[in-house]
Amino acid sequence: MDKKTSDIVLRYKGQVGGLLCILNEVQETFGYLPKEVLKEIASELAVPLSQLFSSATFYSAFTLKQRGKHAFHICVGTSCHIKKAPDILDEFSRLLKVAPGNTTENDEFSLETVQCIGCCSLAPAIGVDRGVHGHATVDQVPDIIKKYKGTT
Amino acid sequence: MKIRTFFDLERIRAKGISFLFPGKLKISVGMGSCGIAAGADAVYEKLSETMKTVVPEGILNKTGCLGFCGEEPFVNVSMPHKPLVIYHRLLERDVPELLEHVMRGEHYRQKVFCKMDILENFMLPKALRFGDGYPDFPSIHDTPFYSKQKRIVLRESGVIDPESIEEYIAVGGYASLLRVLENGSSEAVVKVIQNSGLRGRGGAGFSTGVKWDIAHKLTSDLKYIICNSDEGNPGAYMNRGEVESDPHMLIEGMIIGGFGIGATDGIVYVRTEYPLVVERLRQALEQARYYGFLGKNICNSSFSFDIHIICGAGSFVCGEETALIASVEGFPGRPRPRPPFPSENGLAGKPTVVNNVETLCNVPVIFAKGAKWYSSIGSESSKGTKVFSLVGDVKHTGLVEVPMGTTLKEIIYDIGGGGIDGRKIKAVQIGGPSGGCIPSHLFDLPVDYESLQGSGAIMGSGGMVVLDEQSCIVDVTKYFLAFTCGESCGKCIPCRRGLEHMLYILDAICDGRGSMEQLAELMEVAEIVRITSLCGMGQAAPNQVISTIRYFKDEYEVHIKERKCPAGVCKSLL
Repeated sequence: MDKKTSDIVLRYKGQVGGLLCILNEVQETFGYLPKEVLKEIASELAVPLSQLFSSATFYSAFTLKQRGKHAFHICVGTSCHIKKAPDILDEFSRLLKVAPGNTTENDEFSLETVQCIGCCSLAPAIGVDRGVHGHATVDQVPDIIKKYKGTT
Repeated sequence: MKIRTFFDLERIRAKGISFLFPGKLKISVGMGSCGIAAGADAVYEKLSETMKTVVPEGILNKTGCLGFCGEEPFVNVSMPHKPLVIYHRLLERDVPELLEHVMRGEHYRQKVFCKMDILENFMLPKALRFGDGYPDFPSIHDTPFYSKQKRIVLRESGVIDPESIEEYIAVGGYASLLRVLENGSSEAVVKVIQNSGLRGRGGAGFSTGVKWDIAHKLTSDLKYIICNSDEGNPGAYMNRGEVESDPHMLIEGMIIGGFGIGATDGIVYVRTEYPLVVERLRQALEQARYYGFLGKNICNSSFSFDIHIICGAGSFVCGEETALIASVEGFPGRPRPRPPFPSENGLAGKPTVVNNVETLCNVPVIFAKGAKWYSSIGSESSKGTKVFSLVGDVKHTGLVEVPMGTTLKEIIYDIGGGGIDGRKIKAVQIGGPSGGCIPSHLFDLPVDYESLQGSGAIMGSGGMVVLDEQSCIVDVTKYFLAFTCGESCGKCIPCRRGLEHMLYILDAICDGRGSMEQLAELMEVAEIVRITSLCGMGQAAPNQVISTIRYFKDEYEVHIKERKCPAGVCKSLL
């Protein structure tokens, strides 16, 4: 087990709710849940791998695929929905040439939907990496993409 | 430094008061998630950079969300013995002009929203006073958005610094906890909550006192109190606002609850989509530990208790208490049949009380003012206030706190200012994926648990999405069905297959392929899912369909018979 993973496992091993915390931190650290890491966690915690796989695929925040350098999280909460979030999602999808839930071929951008980031007063909202754009419009989409293109 | 007595608390309170009223210029930027999304972080940085040179004696800090989120970013400016002046829509580019005025001891009128003379407070015997002056600025209580609100949970939201425990203590925080521990009776704690009439703010409205009483009476080596902060209702963010703006209120409520039921451990289960909530809570917990409000022998009593945070991972059904417990136990969040109820047999088989954030936020004030005071607010069956997130096609959007029993009309028209650009409001969606739509002709309805249920919606956790003539009821219904269908955990057949079939019919109607027979079938399947699903999520998911067919059947019929979408939303019918 590499040090990053063992540190995470050690921190939560034996705690109530530890497993979910471990998966969350692994996802945060690696950007996804690598198969090898899941296997190691399963053997370290003596939990069946099938249980980890079940959790990893049940929760929408977890992914088994590597994400892009930047992730656009298009909020599709109710307030954003009625303020035309579907059109914004379509525009991102068209310009990035990926369907929601996927990553561009050059691994630069992931396009995801999120069920509400709680910025409903600023609908429609887009989460980019850790920040949020409020009152987004379809016209702004090319500029938003441009802002992150080529950055790390 | 551990706080043991009221004398200790008073010393920290004095420190907090000196932060709140520093006797010199103080500028506070509203840094909730929505403020930050509207540009508050750039405002903060610009202020920080510029103040150093132009007003080096001034203090700059953060505050939470004042609740009027549509008017963000908010900036509060206070000068000694003068009212707190609240600015709205203050952007980075406005900072130089603001500081130029402030340097001269004046205010930048064009951006002033209102003033606040006193800091309304229910926790202290006497209100805290900012000062008098500025007769030309409207008082916060005279602004349409705030005049009809009664802010108990949100009382200091957007005024105190959420990252300072001292400021929370300054406004009366942790005094309730100290009083409860000094009294030493956990029975008394449960009794007070029972007498207050407090009911769960997560949606179902179960009596908090009864829940606590069940767990309190059971003997067990371990007992848990879990705060459900898995606010998954899309289009609602009450709990996010509450915790980001005043995390200690929740922590104090939880410690009192933990003492009442005899809990050994507390868990806050937070949505992963709310990173700022996690950050503020983590910081607040550390501060509470530092002062000895958490840990061994809290405030010199025999009670030991701690709280830790567990992040969810993006699942709506985890808001259901048994699913939440399964999730904490490391399994996928699938509900379990009740009974047994978690209060008897919950996390790891131990008695576990699961309470919503807002429920627990009400606890400290109930102990400060008494059960009688609390139960005098609200309606016959529903006591206290409720925070709603008022969003959608309405002029003023934000978090609104009103006494239970306030009518929808007052909330949407008086506080919300009515429709945008004079457009007609058609309905309000209450309760999110578990709720339903209430048409505008029923807006005289008082908002409490029973009235809303009778109308076909539910109180829910407080989501209120206003829909005007540009929103299509059938499309919104399809939206919610697509949501619940995607979030169904798949354990029971009615929810897994029934919702899928309902979505299939709604898709057909929105595509111009629907028939009246299908509409009848939709209603039939909805009833079956409602009656036979395993958990609250499945049972409530058809509400949106049932309520909209009840009130907006004509809109469905136009989609089916005329192949038209009157609002112009359904693309296949344009």
